[in-house]
Amino acid sequence: MFSTLAPRPALSVTGVSHSFDARKALDDVSLEVAGGSFTALLGINGAGKTTLFNLVTRLFANRSGTIEVCGIDVRREPGGALARLGVVFQSRAIDPNLSVEQNFAYQGALYGIASDEARRRGKVLMERWGLADRMHDRVRALSGGQARRAEIAGALIHRPRLLLCDEATAGLDVAARRAIVDDVHALARDDGVGVLWATHLIDEIAPEDMVVMLHEGRVIATGPARNIAGKDDLASVFLAKTGAGAEALA
Amino acid sequence: MTAETEEGAAPGTLTPDAAMRDTTRAWAICAYGIIWREGLRFMQQKERFLSALVRPLVWLFIFAAGLRAVLGLSIIEPYETYILYEVYVVPGLCAMIQLFQGMQSSLSMVYDRETGAMRTLLISPFPRWFLLAAKLLASVVVSTVQVYAFLLVAALWDIKMPAKGMLALLPALFLSGFLLGAIGLFLSSAIRQLENFAGVMNFVIFPMFFASSALYPLWRIREGSPLLYDIAALNPFTHCVELIRYALYLKVNWDALGVVVPCGLVFFYAAVRAYDPVRGSIGRRRG
Repeated sequence: MFSTLAPRPALSVTGVSHSFDARKALDDVSLEVAGGSFTALLGINGAGKTTLFNLVTRLFANRSGTIEVCGIDVRREPGGALARLGVVFQSRAIDPNLSVEQNFAYQGALYGIASDEARRRGKVLMERWGLADRMHDRVRALSGGQARRAEIAGALIHRPRLLLCDEATAGLDVAARRAIVDDVHALARDDGVGVLWATHLIDEIAPEDMVVMLHEGRVIATGPARNIAGKDDLASVFLAKTGAGAEALA
Repeated sequence: MTAETEEGAAPGTLTPDAAMRDTTRAWAICAYGIIWREGLRFMQQKERFLSALVRPLVWLFIFAAGLRAVLGLSIIEPYETYILYEVYVVPGLCAMIQLFQGMQSSLSMVYDRETGAMRTLLISPFPRWFLLAAKLLASVVVSTVQVYAFLLVAALWDIKMPAKGMLALLPALFLSGFLLGAIGLFLSSAIRQLENFAGVMNFVIFPMFFASSALYPLWRIREGSPLLYDIAALNPFTHCVELIRYALYLKVNWDALGVVVPCGLVFFYAAVRAYDPVRGSIGRRRG
């Protein structure tokens, strides 16, 4: 028998606003990330991307609107929601003085996963990316791209249904950025993980990706990248809608 | 362990196990993981261990040796005979180790917050009070190891203390470490930048240490300055020192216990509240 109910989105944000004193950082933001989809949250610096991430991860409390992870309200049941999401922050959150597998063990512990199991799961992911031989190396000995992959693997140790990546390729060269973006696309496609990928770099977005454009705390466009772009390229449309200079996308 | 299946989840190698946190074992794994990481970081920073050990030893072997001839000590509780000044300062130096460790732990939390590692901890699905309690426990464990290493060196230097006191000391160290760590935890929520931490040295560590019974008995302080005596008597650090001093001689200082436990709970509660995204200062900061 087939269910008539649509599957719950990995992330559902409805009518969320947030202010820092008098400045409104987010204004009535609504968006959805479907399971197994790659959704790009496109916005220049200061658009409100990190604030939105901080609200979804419960680092800030949302006082208006609702945020649900796999149908679980982060305000009502933060533990249940947080257990289903993994996060890669813009600033490096992995401990450079510990080895990759020690970081995995610690990351796993934060989700109640035993050390051996966390190391095993981390190794599976690192094998997928050809980095299994770096498991015992200290993170500070890895290249920027390798460390970022280790960090993404760490965020997946507890098998989340939603992965949030906040400017995850910041500071990497073009080749490393491309490789990581491809890896995360594969995660969404092959493993059913919903990905919300915050970026200001247009070349990280594929035509079939969903896009949410955020500007000055408001959603100004949403839909598949190729639909938003139409006959133009996505960058031109984005610059026209925001009035930003081309340097904002560099 | 069986993987949980969820509506909307596509087939693949990554299946969620979000329900794991509901088991007692998962809570224990989480607490152990936080303590293990703190211990690992401490062991990797050999200079930190060395300085934690050298600092009280300098006070013991240089400062105390110099003052031995100047400071006369009458027989006061818990001592049953005259003691050398070196013996008198040992409990204060144990508490000093814990005070520095509490502040060091706080410093590492401010650093973790600046680098982003703190967010990894705070987005764990376990309740925030539990995560902070585990972090606090980790700090207590590390400081306890340091205290016993210091006591071992002191014993090798022929500073005599009851052998059974070493065991009786453990709960006192736990309680005083809890209080001093909780103060550090609370401070870490209030400090916005690592650079501001120098102020903690000047306005917290030094006043707490010097305005206490760590270096001189309270009756001596009262002879010199009644005001300083009042401050020292109110100083929670004084009560940590006295709790440790009495425990070393297999006694319980109930007055000190009556201050250390409630103060520890109050500071811990204040820290949990400060780290609460709804009510605390952390949740109001810009990301």
